[in-house]
Amino acid sequence: MMKTCPDKMVQYMHEYLDEELPQEQETELKLHIQQCEACRIHFHELKKTIALVQSTSHISAPSNFTEGVMSRLPKEKKKIGIQRWFQRHPLIMAAAVFFLLMGGSLLTSWNNGSEFAFTAQPNVVVEGQTVIVPEGEIVSGDLLVRNGDLRVEGEVQGDVTLINGQRYMAGAGSITGDIDEIDQAFEWLWYSMKSSFKNMGQFFGLNESEE
Amino acid sequence: MEELVKKRIKQVLKGDQNAFGEIVEIYKDKVFHVCFRMLGNRQEAEDISQDAFIRAYINIHTFDIDRKFSTWLYRIATNLCIDRIRKKKPDYYLDAEVTGTEGLTMYSQIPVDERLPEEEVESMELQDTIQKEISKLPDKYRSVIVLKYIEELSLKEISEILDLPLGTVKTRIHRGREALRKQLRTV
Ligand SMILES: [Zn+2]
Repeated sequence: MMKTCPDKMVQYMHEYLDEELPQEQETELKLHIQQCEACRIHFHELKKTIALVQSTSHISAPSNFTEGVMSRLPKEKKKIGIQRWFQRHPLIMAAAVFFLLMGGSLLTSWNNGSEFAFTAQPNVVVEGQTVIVPEGEIVSGDLLVRNGDLRVEGEVQGDVTLINGQRYMAGAGSITGDIDEIDQAFEWLWYSMKSSFKNMGQFFGLNESEE
Repeated sequence: MEELVKKRIKQVLKGDQNAFGEIVEIYKDKVFHVCFRMLGNRQEAEDISQDAFIRAYINIHTFDIDRKFSTWLYRIATNLCIDRIRKKKPDYYLDAEVTGTEGLTMYSQIPVDERLPEEEVESMELQDTIQKEISKLPDKYRSVIVLKYIEELSLKEISEILDLPLGTVKTRIHRGREALRKQLRTV
């Protein structure tokens, strides 16, 4: 094969295939290809290559692909899980309401709204509507705060439940148990259902004022 | 569709994992297909494409909602494929002769401006041969060829996915085409 063609011809071919060859050079390329067999073959082979690659059939993901991905995702936040569970099971939701209304006055405390309450742990301090675990203090046992905030500067050796409130953690503050933050009525219901079986212990109500 | 995807992403950001399932449904075939063509193996393609979605989920907060989600997702997937390819020992040579194909010239009379009719290419053997030759390409050529000719993405989008300048993408496509041409000329 005689090597008589300008190198730029192959470059032109690629630019043509990328649809980026200006009209003038395209004409030049076509004229050359008509005369030069080597370039004609080269160009033909390039086009054939593209056609072959493009002819490969599309392959779909295997069945259960999405389930596979979903099962491997890190666990989502509890909150959404509960919301969706109730959305999917409206009948259970209704049953729960009925059960609670019949069984006790748990809901009334929610419906009454703004009542501030917390678990009577001996070494907590209350400022306004904020329950404080002071620095250096250790609360041993669970702590529940309703309609108020919680500031942890010391340590809580137990679970913390916050209903309609904010939690602030100081640098040295720590909670060793689970943390549940509840700010929706139905989550409160859910929580009440669970705890009515568990016997949560007592908590005292305070009427909007400090001790 | 991008709008729907963006809506789902916002739900995922709020902690709704189910919304991510819908995103997986929308893109699973595309992502799997890219991985399959990059890796040449179904099992590996499944593993890597699942990893890509999981990585996307974990890093979803870093996705810029004003950009195209598919570009971001392809980027994760191709990076994972390239990592996987590099971890494997190279057991091929770019210019290796393709054996057992002598005399097969069924495409040599095809006019220059015509695509191959599908029915002629449907034979599984040919499909396998093409895939094998794609798999012989070095990863830097393989990724651009797969994105351009199998996913039919624009050069600009490929440059975004691979985080390469447009000029580099063009050069790689040219070289990838040349390499494949040498490998497939006897097919
Ligand atoms: Zn020539």
